[in-house]
Amino acid sequence: MTISRREALLVGAGGLVAGAAVALPLPVMAAAEDAIAAFTGGAEMAEGGITLDAPEIAENGNTVPVGFDAPGAVEVAIFALGNPNPEVAVFKFGPMAGSQSAKTRIRLAKTQDVVAVAKMADGSFASARRAVKVTIGGCGG
Amino acid sequence: MISRRDFLQAALATSALWGASGFGNWARLAAEQALTQDKLLEFDTMGNVTLIHITDIHAQLKPIYFREPEINIGVGEVRGLPPHVTGNDYLKLYGIEPGSPAAYALTHVDFVALARAYGKMGGLDRVATVINAIRADRPDALLLDGGDTWQGSYTCLKTEAQDMVNVMNHLRPDAMTAHWEFTLGTERVTELIESLPFAFLGANIFDAEWDEPAFEAYKIFERGGAKIAVIGQAFPYLPIANPKWMFPEYSFGIREERMAEVVEEVRAAGADAVILLSHNGFDVDRKMAARVPGIDVILTGHTHDALPEPVVVGKTLLIASGSNGKFVSRLDLDVRDGEVKGYRHKLIPIFSDVIAPDPEVAAAIDAERAPFADDLSEVLGHTDSLLYRRGNFNGTWDDLICNALIEERQADIALSPGFRWGPSLIPGQAITREDLFNCTSMTYPNAYRTEMTGETLKVILEDVADNLFNPDPYYQQGGDMVRVGGMGYAIDVTRPQGSRISDMTLLATGEPIRPDKSYVVAGWASVNEGTEGPPIWDVVESHIRRVGTVRLDPNRSVKVKGA
Repeated sequence: MTISRREALLVGAGGLVAGAAVALPLPVMAAAEDAIAAFTGGAEMAEGGITLDAPEIAENGNTVPVGFDAPGAVEVAIFALGNPNPEVAVFKFGPMAGSQSAKTRIRLAKTQDVVAVAKMADGSFASARRAVKVTIGGCGG
Repeated sequence: MISRRDFLQAALATSALWGASGFGNWARLAAEQALTQDKLLEFDTMGNVTLIHITDIHAQLKPIYFREPEINIGVGEVRGLPPHVTGNDYLKLYGIEPGSPAAYALTHVDFVALARAYGKMGGLDRVATVINAIRADRPDALLLDGGDTWQGSYTCLKTEAQDMVNVMNHLRPDAMTAHWEFTLGTERVTELIESLPFAFLGANIFDAEWDEPAFEAYKIFERGGAKIAVIGQAFPYLPIANPKWMFPEYSFGIREERMAEVVEEVRAAGADAVILLSHNGFDVDRKMAARVPGIDVILTGHTHDALPEPVVVGKTLLIASGSNGKFVSRLDLDVRDGEVKGYRHKLIPIFSDVIAPDPEVAAAIDAERAPFADDLSEVLGHTDSLLYRRGNFNGTWDDLICNALIEERQADIALSPGFRWGPSLIPGQAITREDLFNCTSMTYPNAYRTEMTGETLKVILEDVADNLFNPDPYYQQGGDMVRVGGMGYAIDVTRPQGSRISDMTLLATGEPIRPDKSYVVAGWASVNEGTEGPPIWDVVESHIRRVGTVRLDPNRSVKVKGA
């Protein structure tokens, strides 16, 4: 078996934190808003409670580092709203998790918003959104 | 009636904590035409800490002419705010007499006539004299270099920046950060960094693979009984604006959360004052000052702005010290009990005919240039027109480069990047090889020739325009608009990406650019690896030699709306 760099990072994180993140692919869905609604069951999402870290402008749209921190979350889903398949990953945190944070790298087809939605232990939801620009660049200076 | 200038002074005076800027004095002296070295350096030393800031030297060891921008548009919340104030508005805002040395140094107004009257500016030997004078007042003053020091001249290119490192070491900086330095390539830039007898700082430079800090973020200096933390911030968009294949090991970015963490870290380590030595660009720094608490001073860089007074955001002072060695900023601080209790500031213009060269540094500069003397001084042609680059949309230097690309490479359309470096030449001057390299010198100079559809050209213009006019500064890259030869267009800077550019027209025929039609496009400085073509300086040199004397008509091919 070959292990990708991305998987190795997740495995590495799991080794440090008991009950840590597991990334699961979601089934493909049509629209990004539908995808988010499917995760939340249409529930209201609070602002705050989760921070999302992503670059303002991607250095390479094929591998954009994103991370989140959502204290108290039991699940966190990441959506790339402008991708053909907006569902990127769902991270599940067990009761023994030392922190509810993770980092990964995602591919962005174009300039778009990335959204992280956290499901809290009490069943409420919180979200954070960052616009990530994918640019051809080359004229700064 | 209270003038804007009086108002600024009055507003500063109302706060007992803050001192006034030293610029008012300079403006008055300048208006009286009574400029001498002593008066330029005159400063009532205050507090217990002195910072000396210089940035964006772009390898200009010798005095140059540098015309400040006529067009420098701010969008969104910063519309009409400094540094987005130019020309006569700038003179009015800061109470500067038209025709005075200050007007010459800080604006484009009457540039050619004033350049003849007041001469060239800069020269690191003159800068050394200013630094030495400040150190005579305050021996432990901190000298901080904001980067873009190791790119921009013939000798810098040929020595892979060794000339700049050697000369700057005579000035004894305490810290620097970077941008174009990385276009030397990872191997060379890290070799030079390791050789430095002072700190190289970049809180936002990360290892691209492990996403971990790759360089020191800060250094804490003990000065005047206080701990002064200097944090470095390199240009955030290096791998986007410049070729990332030259330094694939590194990732950059604004990394605001990281900056907040570093500020907390240095405060926890006992810093009484926090100084950010930044290559963010002015608008990015202004936003960062409003969002990251605890920064006392941001020494701004990258966007080449020169402001005679600090811009104050909350309790953060933003200092803008110009480019090309034209200015040095002195900032005295009264730092006590963990805070900055007062300041005094002066933007010192380096009038090369007024400030005497420091003999030691003059000799060091001569030694670096001597092996290249014949190449540097070779005359390629002459110019009857003012040649300048700085400004949002076009400049005559780039018009000349675009003309060369179209004619020498048989293209329909030429593209020249919106660089902000590159000194000016005034009418009647010879164009030497040194002058040409001052506006083209770089490590990825190949002049490509390719076909692009009208649709692709529009995508490029829209993309670059958004790098300049996105209303959120964190999405701006800090260059100017890509310069275009052979094609006109209109731009509405207030529109979102995708709908700013219209009326694209092929100038040769007057016909609209068609999205599906292919055009032959020549350009240079592509960020793509493996770009083929002769170096741009060869293309422009053969053009200049062919025309002999350069004459350029005013470029009216870009129509700007919403400014």
